[in-house]
Amino acid sequence: MNAPLLHQPPCGGIELRQEQGQRAVFCGLTGIVWLHRKIQDAFFLVVGSRTCAHLIQSAAGVMIFAEPRFATAIIDERDLAGLADANEELDRVVTRLIERRPDIKLLFLVGSCPSEVIKLDLSRAAQRLSGRLAPVRVLNYSGSGIETTFTQGEDACLAALVPDLPREAETAVPSLLVVGALADVVEDQFLRLFAAMGIADVRFLPARRANAMPAVGRNTRYLLAQPFLTDTARALDERGACRLPASFPLGAEGTTGWLRAAAEAFGVSEAAFEQATEAGRARAETALAPHRERLGGKRVFFFPDSQLEVPLARFLARELGADLVEVGTPYLHRGHLAAEIELLPKGTRVTEGQSLDDQMDRCRAERPDLTVCGLGLANPLEAEGLSTKWSIELLFTPVQGYEQAGDLAELFVRPLRRRALLEV
Amino acid sequence: MQLTLWTYEGPPHIGAMRVATAMSGLHYVLHAPQGDTYADLLFTMIERRDARPPVTYTTFRAQDLGRDTAELFKQAVSAAHARFQPQAMIVGASCTAELIQDDPGGLAKALDLPIPVIPLELPAYQKKENWGASETFYRLVRALAGPPAPHPAREPGQRPLCNILGPTALGFRHRDDLIEIRRLLDSLGIAVNVVAPLGATPADLGRLREADFNVVLYPETARSAADYLKKSFGQPFTQTVPIGVGGTRRFVEEVASLAGIDPAPVLDGPGSRLPWYSRSVDSTYLTAKRVFVFGDATHAIGIARVAAKELGFTVVGLGTYGREFAREVRAEAAEHGIEALITDDYLDVEAAIRAAAPELVLGTQMERHVAKRLGIPCAVISAPVHVQDFPARYAPQMGFEGANVLFDTLVHPLMMGLEEHLLGMFREDPEFHDGVGPSHLGGKSYGTPADGAFEAAERAPADTPPTPAPVPILLDRAAAWSPEAEKELKKIPFFVRGKARTNTETFARERHLPLITVETLYDAKAHFGR
Repeated sequence: MNAPLLHQPPCGGIELRQEQGQRAVFCGLTGIVWLHRKIQDAFFLVVGSRTCAHLIQSAAGVMIFAEPRFATAIIDERDLAGLADANEELDRVVTRLIERRPDIKLLFLVGSCPSEVIKLDLSRAAQRLSGRLAPVRVLNYSGSGIETTFTQGEDACLAALVPDLPREAETAVPSLLVVGALADVVEDQFLRLFAAMGIADVRFLPARRANAMPAVGRNTRYLLAQPFLTDTARALDERGACRLPASFPLGAEGTTGWLRAAAEAFGVSEAAFEQATEAGRARAETALAPHRERLGGKRVFFFPDSQLEVPLARFLARELGADLVEVGTPYLHRGHLAAEIELLPKGTRVTEGQSLDDQMDRCRAERPDLTVCGLGLANPLEAEGLSTKWSIELLFTPVQGYEQAGDLAELFVRPLRRRALLEV
Repeated sequence: MQLTLWTYEGPPHIGAMRVATAMSGLHYVLHAPQGDTYADLLFTMIERRDARPPVTYTTFRAQDLGRDTAELFKQAVSAAHARFQPQAMIVGASCTAELIQDDPGGLAKALDLPIPVIPLELPAYQKKENWGASETFYRLVRALAGPPAPHPAREPGQRPLCNILGPTALGFRHRDDLIEIRRLLDSLGIAVNVVAPLGATPADLGRLREADFNVVLYPETARSAADYLKKSFGQPFTQTVPIGVGGTRRFVEEVASLAGIDPAPVLDGPGSRLPWYSRSVDSTYLTAKRVFVFGDATHAIGIARVAAKELGFTVVGLGTYGREFAREVRAEAAEHGIEALITDDYLDVEAAIRAAAPELVLGTQMERHVAKRLGIPCAVISAPVHVQDFPARYAPQMGFEGANVLFDTLVHPLMMGLEEHLLGMFREDPEFHDGVGPSHLGGKSYGTPADGAFEAAERAPADTPPTPAPVPILLDRAAAWSPEAEKELKKIPFFVRGKARTNTETFARERHLPLITVETLYDAKAHFGR
């Protein structure tokens, strides 16, 4: 705990530090809350403890009441007594579940800290159950806190899908795959933009339905829509697909860079690219302009949460003129974020990992104008007079692409506006 | 393994956090994997606390498992002690750390800190939140209240002195119950020594012994500690929970007798508005309304009594998710002539509600949603609750003001129910159907009948996801109405017409009558009018 900061060799123009100690982050199980909305016929069964069930209940809020497609098989003492029993118990629970929800086509067994620690082999269980429950497919991944932080749960889930994706013929014409769960409305906007550039064959991972997952092969070029997809990218590479390095589609500049990577790979002419993106860029500029006044020169501090911090910081600094005090991230994938790091202002202090109390001390000392942090920290910091933007909203709200650039800025502006409005 | 979608209680370490967060000068070091810090947001968001809970987590990860998690734990304890300088610490393991079998108590002891460090054994795979809170409070009291001693006699002329035990962080209305009970004790002339855990320091727990007796507000969290204090210091404790007018009056009598004083000043005082409100003729329609009650044992028992004896409802269902107090709930259910429902599976509760077909559901956040789905009025009377049940306004459940709050809470959804019922009946009426606008606007419709759909969509709260259509409770096929009977029915005033229709159909169904005639209508009226 609270080990001294380790100074790393410089990485791009940023000042990168690593920190160890207490972390205030969600575990990967939380990803279920948005993934189950995206894949409409999948069910997520966490194999874990009462803590896991309580976590998802707390994170899912009112969603829990809408017959959601997730649940927890709570391990009890009898399961801990002998592992053979645990497997039988799991089969019984899953069979009952599938009987109750015949609409389910894809079942994820989601590993947790307890199931990992007792080494309950969920991959074998998934194989066994896949055979028994066909045509329902059963896959597994781990969302445990010991292995995954928040959005890494989505990475683990998508990586589990990849080996199962249909194989694209060797002779297929090149196709574009967009990787990372996006709001449906954002997907549709991107489809229209790609079509305008003449890229017709665009697929999304995850697809909205289990039986419509995209095929993948040597001619697949993929764009990461999210910065936290390390394992998914590796699994796609193993299937022969090829990643297109790009910035992430947050803000107008990020979106343009992201689209341009596809345009270059698919031989879209500069004129066609300009024409396809012109209107979107203009609209984003119009939407961003009023927010620039409010955020320009404001000092922003990011606590680590989702790995979206670096692209968000780049957006705030470059498109809205904010100053970056510290950019915390739970994990920094230097390869995937190379384009982002390049765009960050020189000398930006990026912290990978966390020592919570030390980081709070730094935040208090700096007194930033806006602190981006989780819900466990937001109210305590507000009570100390610091404006906060709670970070989870950035995952649940459509924020990518040109049409959402203004909304994204608005999310950061709102707390400042509110503070200015309140007289008591 | 148990398939779980909704859980009424968190794991036991959440209970320990509720005690630690309630107190000051105490720090909890929890051996737990990364991610378990989610629990902080229950306190900062639902209860809107303005500071982080006093909890340090080790947040170990997979790479730490290969190394020395025990060392990590020791570092966390040392660092927390150095930074927060607490008067005492509690240490323990969450469910995952329980499996890796580091020994938090032993490891902390080896550090030889200059403050009391109390180890907690909270079996995460057997027990739950309330048990965790109770056990933590008991362990704290045991460790900090001092060695057993007989209680010294009170000096003559000294005010009687009591402790108030039970309120915690994240407790349903604990904040305001405490204000209300303090006020009550003050008007009896009883002084309060220590309130714990809420607002107490470890040092305060060392003064518990000075009181003459203990007031136990929430047996779920405080009965074990009160038992211990009785054994060690001869302090008796209250058995009555002051919920409702009757509960409060019995509580006042019990407290007065423990203090050796006269309860009259309070019992003869202004008391609550509930008795008059409940007697006023406006409340007549509440008579024998069927009510289903579910929650923690303390609130379920207390509020079932209020419902039956103070509002004149009929309790048709009573249950709890807390097995620790199943016996008490069973006994109370027997008083109402029903069998208690002891379960932590919300599907069982939903099935029981369907079967009992109540007109009002009193329960937790979950019953609120079940009731919404079934289209039954509902009020929340127990944890677990969402943020809206940690209100800004004064809203106790206990004492005389608590009874006032309860009257409003239990009756408002029914008033709305009655309004809705009347509106439904208005809709059938030729002068009041959806297409007719208000008379002061000339009776012209401001929209087409199709706007009904829009209106319904508008009324639904925007932030709640769509819930599946309510599943109708019932039924065998209703008998057909003869045209004459139908015509006769229309002569009955609209506000009782629905009731008449239902009664007649029930009557016909029970007698297997294929056709409802005018005769059947009046036979049914006579039958139900008995």
